[in-house]
Amino acid sequence: MAGPRNISVSEASRPVLPRHAKLKYDETRQVWVILAPERVLAPDEIAVEVLQLCNGERNVGDVADQLAAKYAAPREAILTDVIAMLQDLADKGFLTEAREKTS
Amino acid sequence: MSEVLGNPPIASDSLAVLEKQRSTAETFGIPLAVLLEITHRCPLQCPYCSNPVELDRSGKELTTEEWKKVLSELAEIGVLQVHFSGGEPTARKDLVELVKHASDAGLYTNLITSAVLLTREKLGELADAGLCHVQISFQGVEEGLADRVAGYKGGHRKKLEVAKWTRELDLPLTVNAVMHRQNLHQLPDIIQMSLDLDADRLEVANVQYYGWALKNRAALMPTVAQLEECTRLVEDAREAHKGRLTIDYVVPDYYALRPKKCMGGWGRQFFNISPAGKVLPCHAAESITGLEFESVRSNHSIAWIWQNSEAFNRYRGTGWMKEPCKTCEFREIDFGGCRCQAFALTGDAANTDPACALSPLHETIFKQAEREAEGETSRFLYRNFAGGTLESENGA
Repeated sequence: MAGPRNISVSEASRPVLPRHAKLKYDETRQVWVILAPERVLAPDEIAVEVLQLCNGERNVGDVADQLAAKYAAPREAILTDVIAMLQDLADKGFLTEAREKTS
Repeated sequence: MSEVLGNPPIASDSLAVLEKQRSTAETFGIPLAVLLEITHRCPLQCPYCSNPVELDRSGKELTTEEWKKVLSELAEIGVLQVHFSGGEPTARKDLVELVKHASDAGLYTNLITSAVLLTREKLGELADAGLCHVQISFQGVEEGLADRVAGYKGGHRKKLEVAKWTRELDLPLTVNAVMHRQNLHQLPDIIQMSLDLDADRLEVANVQYYGWALKNRAALMPTVAQLEECTRLVEDAREAHKGRLTIDYVVPDYYALRPKKCMGGWGRQFFNISPAGKVLPCHAAESITGLEFESVRSNHSIAWIWQNSEAFNRYRGTGWMKEPCKTCEFREIDFGGCRCQAFALTGDAANTDPACALSPLHETIFKQAEREAEGETSRFLYRNFAGGTLESENGA
């Protein structure tokens, strides 16, 4: 079955795009898009960067660390924005979380 | 900090989003998504079928190689999504091959199906071929009514089964519920059914009255009260199931004051390809007589047909308009409504769609709809290749 729905994004979440939401560079229009059922979303550059880091293994905290280092910006502010952006995507049904590995 | 992450970070949610943000809408850039009606064959006989009354017979259908060429060409010119639809797309034996070809070309693939012909094995093959999303139509919430509407015994039960397999295969599921007077009372249960089936998305699509549905209007037209209740239920459910179930809502335009911006405007954001390979501005466009539609079998490329063909340019923009559209302040907002509906109800596709309160025919049409909604007849004219079969007095 697919990953959980209705997720609440936090620093510890390990989000990933679900199978039905595909991040792709549209060569014709020279823009990044997220392809989803009956939808094409146009994420901005930073959203693209965040989503490329969200591989289901990194948690949101790790993503904020990387962006804070790259842009020499305050981590807390980045974290707040990353969570807001991912939660927005989750509320639209285009984000899932990697399941806990059971050993 | 907001300048780092941008604001808003993700544009909202329609296929037109990309076109609106850029200037491509003005130059009629290639649509993001294309509807492929790969066959008109279908075991169901729904009386509101969106296919034309004159269906393409199987002998006229594009071959596997022709469809593959179309798919490659679509990907090349910048189409991002294709919807495999019909008729019933799974009636074609080469569907897995076509989905595979589309996926390999980088297209996002969507299957719009009645589900009744699918086996678990076939669905698995489609998933392996790269299918991204499955949309299953439902005619109701229990088999008595649902099978009667579809004119197909056992259909509803099979759909439930296929919906379950879809989720087991980790494919996202959209429940498409076509609503009308005879099933609107089941809407709360349809919402619950969608949640129970673990659907991602529900389309509450009120019947649009062209083609087959226009022939069946008296048996399908809802009352104003039914519609108001429907809208309330959809709004409540959207709030209650936010993040869990997305609900798209299509209202019937007969009771509206402003017409819908049909297809986002003629030749602006959408085209579909018919089983025989005609490139059409909308799936009902062939009902407008006097328009010639180019085929993918012609010498022209799809991009040429989109940009230059007479049929696409006839009702593009606002230059073709007559009064009251011509000087109307809303002309660039709704583009005068639906050309097919204008043609069907007034005999001229360049007239204002009578769904608009400014159309001289609006009042008459509205009164007629209200009268029909009182429900003198509930008998269906079932869709088939023979021009339709009337339901028997005591049900199909």
